[in-house]
Amino acid sequence: MSKGIAITGMGIISAIGNNVAENYDALINERKGITRVDNVETIQRDEIMVGEVKFTNSELIAQLDLPPDNNYSRTAMLGAIAAKEAIASAGITDIKKFKTGIVSGTSVGGMDMTEKCYYEYLTEKKFQKYIESHHAGDSTQKIAEQLEIEESLVTTISTACSSAANAIMLGARLIKSGKLDRVLVGGADCLSKFTINGFKTLMILSDTFNTPFDENRKGLNLGEAAAFLVLESDEIVKAENRKVLAYVKGYGNANDAFHQTASSDNGDGATLAMEKALKVAELKPSEIDYINAHGTATGNNDLSEGRAILRIFGEELPEFSSTKAYTGHTLAAAGAIEAVYSVLALQNNVIFPNLNFKTPMKEFSIIPQTELKKKELKTVLSNSFGFGGNCSAVIFSKEA
Amino acid sequence: MKKVYINSIASISPQKTFDNTIFLDEITDYNDTVIFAQDPDYKQYIPPAAARRMAKGIKMGVVASKIAMEEAGIETVDAIITGTGMGCMIDSEKFVSAIIDNNEQYLTPTSFIQSTHNTVAGQIALGMECKAYNFTYVHSAISFESALLDAKMQLESDEAEHVLVGGVEELGEHTTKVHRLINHIKPEAVAISKVLNSKTEGAVFSEGTNFFVVSNERKESCYAELVAVETFNTLQKEKVSETIETFLKENNLKAAEIDVVVFGNNGDVDFDSFYNQLSEGILSKTQQVFYKHLVGENNTVSAFGVWLASKILKTQTIPEIVKINKINPSDIKTVLCYNQYRGQNHSLVLLKKC
Amino acid sequence: MSELKEELKAKIIEQLNLEDVSVADIADDDALFGDGLGLDSIDALELIVMLDKDYGIRLSDPKEGKKIFESVQVMADYIQEHRTK
Repeated sequence: MSKGIAITGMGIISAIGNNVAENYDALINERKGITRVDNVETIQRDEIMVGEVKFTNSELIAQLDLPPDNNYSRTAMLGAIAAKEAIASAGITDIKKFKTGIVSGTSVGGMDMTEKCYYEYLTEKKFQKYIESHHAGDSTQKIAEQLEIEESLVTTISTACSSAANAIMLGARLIKSGKLDRVLVGGADCLSKFTINGFKTLMILSDTFNTPFDENRKGLNLGEAAAFLVLESDEIVKAENRKVLAYVKGYGNANDAFHQTASSDNGDGATLAMEKALKVAELKPSEIDYINAHGTATGNNDLSEGRAILRIFGEELPEFSSTKAYTGHTLAAAGAIEAVYSVLALQNNVIFPNLNFKTPMKEFSIIPQTELKKKELKTVLSNSFGFGGNCSAVIFSKEA
Repeated sequence: MKKVYINSIASISPQKTFDNTIFLDEITDYNDTVIFAQDPDYKQYIPPAAARRMAKGIKMGVVASKIAMEEAGIETVDAIITGTGMGCMIDSEKFVSAIIDNNEQYLTPTSFIQSTHNTVAGQIALGMECKAYNFTYVHSAISFESALLDAKMQLESDEAEHVLVGGVEELGEHTTKVHRLINHIKPEAVAISKVLNSKTEGAVFSEGTNFFVVSNERKESCYAELVAVETFNTLQKEKVSETIETFLKENNLKAAEIDVVVFGNNGDVDFDSFYNQLSEGILSKTQQVFYKHLVGENNTVSAFGVWLASKILKTQTIPEIVKINKINPSDIKTVLCYNQYRGQNHSLVLLKKC
Repeated sequence: MSELKEELKAKIIEQLNLEDVSVADIADDDALFGDGLGLDSIDALELIVMLDKDYGIRLSDPKEGKKIFESVQVMADYIQEHRTK
């Protein structure tokens, strides 16, 4: 049970970089990617800040060399770019050599095109090709098409902001059970009017840079991104002489069962998720070296998560930080983005700072790591929580 | 590895299926291109304060989950796993149209919150106060099978003892309208007796939900043993037979040993050939049944196929209305379900008598 | 004033889809949240939009709503004083 699943490749595109190297460079140089929104036309532009990938859709189409009649949503394009980098970085040249699947997470799927063409669909034939790309699974089908993954297990998870963490969890299970030899796991979500206005109605969007775990936090910045990890069985790792980047050591999922959108005051679901992850990993809390927190910078999340972390770690709290001040909250992709960052942390023995933090919260005395810190890391715990009470925790480790 | 059993079932569909004591005894005859689920008395199951924000899909999901839990005779589960290809369409449409119609002003949160794909699973957890594992799969026609596979893996490894698994789909007006434009919906009304041979493109769209309690312990109420689940993102027509034979072989079976096969024919002239090649080929001597003429097509309607298979195995009867051919096996031990949608997202589910 | 209160009651019922509640069931001083009518934080957000849309009152912090939506009486007093339409 405790044996980790090997991560042999990863890819990412986010507001702070178009690949893993660029993301790492931004992380260690404390360069955040939070700006006004450029690619979504919205009247909220001056009231919100976002973590946006600055490529336009046309530029993404060109990068992927898609034909003019393609019906890729922005989610699918971001996903395909990250997925391709992941496969290349693992050194995979023949995808069909082993039984390979995909598990991706998304919340909006093709909503960006749906909201653009909603009424136009009824009259303009040229937009109708996007009707079929609305549903959440379409982006994953497109990623499979780009990677030429055929006749295999390709599925999509949507559990709001914990989707990608759950994709990693299912991927690890699929390898453990022998259902697949190799699985690409991660998530993709693009910015859309739908989510911008949705979060706006919840009054949890900050009008300035988000400040996780700060007493005066004003809410989150939405972001868009995609990231994927390649998980491979021990047999492939051996046969192909793969370089293992890190391992998925433990995972846990629980439901807060408290409220449709808010987390419980004491973070029951979050606590349970972390407990389960530690149990699967067969690790004690004191053996966790760094926590990449969910830390969305909403009043509710940071309080609830902070309390849950205290419940698990108490006096033995390792350094923790939220990287959402860099990227914004990338919703369904967040768990994958932060998985890549967790692996980078392990590889480089470095803890990324929780930017924009000034004032400790009055409810407890814990404060996040605010400066880049070198530290020998063996294990990293990454949290992801979402609407519907969905709480997930994944543990990454240097050794199997 | 532990065995996995379907211990209870629940279905809300365009037929009167929410009553588990009957088995398609009375058929509602439709002659349409879009058919809606028949509502049970939701108030009997959901308090008004909780129901006031729920669109039809959420209500159906919550009620079906309660029926399934009741039949299994358990209070709580170790996981709640749902599948929905299109998600909460009614609230999604409400929120998108409000954004456009009001130019992003005066928007309210309820429809946004309810539009999230995992709303049904979240509401079930809230209602049951169940803090266990909670997942939602959203991959078109294999959304339900993904959920079923996840449940099966956890039960086999004994990580869970009881799992509530279900699929749910609701019709949204605008979504229906736009799918007509691209001919995914049949051009003209078709009676249920004519669906199979309708010779037109598209399907009769529908909504509904099916929930199951699956466990690694066989309960008194047991319907079937869940032997295997497999999904394929793509599958060429020419490779379907071979793929099924391989799948059966992995489960130590031959095509001839399948007593009943449940096909996903929806009368779409462009795609029914995926099934027809089997009814004329490797499964020609097998009793073939289908159900989409009764309950229409939607992304998780294949869960109705599993419902039908479970009912057949438990009652050892096959309603005439679902029969494609007349082999009439006397002892039904093994049932295979095969489904695909528009040539993609194929699934195979293998069940045995328990 | 009593007209405004009746109007508010009707709007609360409609906006929040309180099917089994009628205007007569809500007394001016009844608590709207918690043990009273049983409204929750999502309802509060709905009511904030109603204040903006129908009375031209914009709240930037959802916490402000807590006091204003204490009862129909308190709401009506607040609207009377701050309305811009």
